Amino acid sequence: MMKEGGSVLLVGVGGQGVVLASAIVAETALRAGWDVKQSEVHGMSQRGGVVSSHLRFGQRVYSPLVEIGQADAVVAMEWNEGLRAMPYLRRGAPLIINLQRVIPPGACRNRLSGESTYPALALEALADQVGDVRACDAGEIAREVGSAKALNAVLLGVLAPVMPFPEEAWLASLADHAPKGTSAANELAFLAGQALRYPDETHAQAARAALSPNGLHGQARPPRLEVIEAWCKGRACEICVRACPEWCLAIDGSAAVRVVRPEACTGCRLCELLCPDFAIEVHTA
Amino acid sequence: MTAPGASSEVRASPGAVTPRPLLLSGNEAIARGAREAGVRVAAGYPGTPSTEILETLVRLDPGRQVYVEWSTNEKVGLDVALGAAIGGARALCAMKHVGLNVAADTFMTSAYTGVRAGLVVVSADDPGMHSSQNEQDNRVLVRFAGVPLLEPADSQEARDFTVHAFDLSERFDVPVVLRTTTRVSHARGIVAPGPLRVAPGLGFQRNPAKLVMLPGFARSRHRVMLERLEALEREAETSPLNRIEWGDRALGVVTSSIVYHYVRELVPGASVLRLGFSHPLPRALAREFAAGVERLIVVEELEPFLEEQLRALGLAVEGKAYFPRDGELGPEAIRRGFVRAGVIAEAGEKPLVSPPTVTRPPVLCPGCPHVAPYLALRQIGAVVSGDIGCYTLAAIEPLAAMDTTVAMGSSIGMAIGLARSGGATGPVVATIGDSTFLHAGLPALADAAYHRTRMTVLILDNGTTAMTGGQAHPAAGVTIRGDAAPTIDLPAVCRALGVEFVRVVDPYDLAQTQLALEQAAAFPGLSVIITNRPCVEAPVKVRDQPYTVLAEQCIACQYCMNLGCPSITWSAEWHEGRRKVQIDPVTCTGCTVCAQTCPTEAMVGLPGWSKPR
Repeated sequence: MMKEGGSVLLVGVGGQGVVLASAIVAETALRAGWDVKQSEVHGMSQRGGVVSSHLRFGQRVYSPLVEIGQADAVVAMEWNEGLRAMPYLRRGAPLIINLQRVIPPGACRNRLSGESTYPALALEALADQVGDVRACDAGEIAREVGSAKALNAVLLGVLAPVMPFPEEAWLASLADHAPKGTSAANELAFLAGQALRYPDETHAQAARAALSPNGLHGQARPPRLEVIEAWCKGRACEICVRACPEWCLAIDGSAAVRVVRPEACTGCRLCELLCPDFAIEVHTA
Repeated sequence: MTAPGASSEVRASPGAVTPRPLLLSGNEAIARGAREAGVRVAAGYPGTPSTEILETLVRLDPGRQVYVEWSTNEKVGLDVALGAAIGGARALCAMKHVGLNVAADTFMTSAYTGVRAGLVVVSADDPGMHSSQNEQDNRVLVRFAGVPLLEPADSQEARDFTVHAFDLSERFDVPVVLRTTTRVSHARGIVAPGPLRVAPGLGFQRNPAKLVMLPGFARSRHRVMLERLEALEREAETSPLNRIEWGDRALGVVTSSIVYHYVRELVPGASVLRLGFSHPLPRALAREFAAGVERLIVVEELEPFLEEQLRALGLAVEGKAYFPRDGELGPEAIRRGFVRAGVIAEAGEKPLVSPPTVTRPPVLCPGCPHVAPYLALRQIGAVVSGDIGCYTLAAIEPLAAMDTTVAMGSSIGMAIGLARSGGATGPVVATIGDSTFLHAGLPALADAAYHRTRMTVLILDNGTTAMTGGQAHPAAGVTIRGDAAPTIDLPAVCRALGVEFVRVVDPYDLAQTQLALEQAAAFPGLSVIITNRPCVEAPVKVRDQPYTVLAEQCIACQYCMNLGCPSITWSAEWHEGRRKVQIDPVTCTGCTVCAQTCPTEAMVGLPGWSKPR
């Protein structure tokens, strides 16, 4: 497949080492005698945002970008990002995916139900759709060989058998790019990744993943806020207005507190608990 | 392994002539090219995707033969570079596309004065707005100014064109714009390097008729500029940067910048006119190409810059009918365009479809000192005039505490207008970072003080230009080379401008910050509040005892979730039908702000933690 060259997409979350991992792949391709282009997008985020790196090698490479449907491998350092990158895969090409989940604050928005929008760890379904899925808990494997931060080296180890680069080239560029004092740990992590046997390993990982809590499922119970106006002393106090995490309450010229965002109330009872005049009641089902 | 602090450039022992080809980003290659062309002075203001150019230049010059500075803003930067060029030193000025708007006053007239020694202005455009407030196509500005435009398509060309640009600038006595896009600046490719050098100084030559733009002098210089454009067009006709690649004559594609590479891959058989020196347009070359092909299609990112000029020549040309005028023009969009034009067939196999995923918008870092002030602003119901920086992220949920953001420094001037509009629904507060304040906020603050406008300015002083990765600025106390520098006393500056209410607060103290904002909002005049905590990521990583949640005490009120801190997420535990929270001890910096919001004191320092050496 990759006699003429190839395309790899590496994705993850800021801080996981996507950029460094792609620099290692690029350097490895260069050492193996290929022309290389690599392009990353890390947008606005210092940390916590999406990072993706396109890498292409060949006799003569024009575009630094992998077109949708043209990647010979996708390496995902995070579950959700791996799912997002799926359209880039060429049919039949491997999706190398870390089982680690980094749940962004934005996925925890429905406070009433507690339902998270983060996708479940449905590994079997993914394998049915993609075909060649090579999943592992890279962070755990890296920890076992000495450094949790070497998770990207584990995934490069999984990638290595798919790429037409000799092992010496991998190890040399790995040693070249590893931060000071970590090259031994990174080499061990790489070799551990390389030793994983697929597809058996994915089935083993899927069984293990099934045992861990899969996403965050909700349980909606809308509460109701009641203000007893006769007991509220209004603007002189404002304790509940300041305490409400959802900005449900306001005193805007009114004598007593008004409920301005009833739908946002999660029933935390802070207003009820803090009101010195017992003027608020939170009714939950 | 963590993110790389150094590039392959550093490993290749800078300064030495390396026979080994280098794997460089476009920005690194521009710095490399500038050093090979003998640049002596370089200036600019940080801005994605241009920032790494000056940073690489410093790394490539351990012997300090080049003067490099982070300027206060892009206009100052271009003034510095133009002055250096007029003084006979080859100079470079690097900025992002919108930076050229700030520098435009100097830029437009520098086309009249000319340069003496080579002057290269790098404009790094951001199609797709990966990290920008607009996606203006600066080719239009360059044409408006009447200066030559070079558009490299990859790292090798970024190096080559930079060297070429210095020569061109000197030969034609004109500033030359080197325009990249994010994809050129940040993509890496193989570069064959040459030796680094410092060009001999040409010395200053007094010539007021050329350099003092009084109306009488400027009139004749405008004519010089127009005649120079004609000469430049003749140069472009035969420039090695422009070339026709003859292929199938049924289709001729005119293109520039990185789009050339996508075109080569998507329609490998087509004839291509590739313009690396794209302004002034080599009209004869374009006519020759058009005459040699049956169908002429322009593929260009953003504006129909080439298309309209070719149409003005009377050529039958197609382009924006098939290709979008907005967004980054990647291989997918170009394929769709060629399919629409009937040039290629649709791809056979449909790509895989992802199951529903969550979006991951950029967020303020754990421990970011900007978080608490915006929570307080939301609490007091302020109308918040925002600005350009990390803190612009406070506009999105859950902080949701910003109402406007337009351009560098605009927060203060727009707050004046909002305050004078009579339409504001709460106290008017301008929020601006320290680097942005010095960049373009100072004149607006003088205006607000001058007219005693009743409003509050919140200067979020974190000591660095954080958004672009922590670059120094005039108040940072350090230069781009890491040398100690004088600082600016911001409270004293505000008082000197005539501000009566000036207060410094600790943004990690939520109550103090909110109280100060409430008092400032009640003050019948202009008030300034300055926060004093450094950025937690740069230049020094701030790490204190991480916090943890005592799960049995958490009543799941969700107050801490209003901070949008990436270290705080829901746990698997419930309280009365709501999610309890947990803190990631690895990313938590121990800023304590969440603990201050917690009504049950469930957030405490992680036991057994000790500061790493």
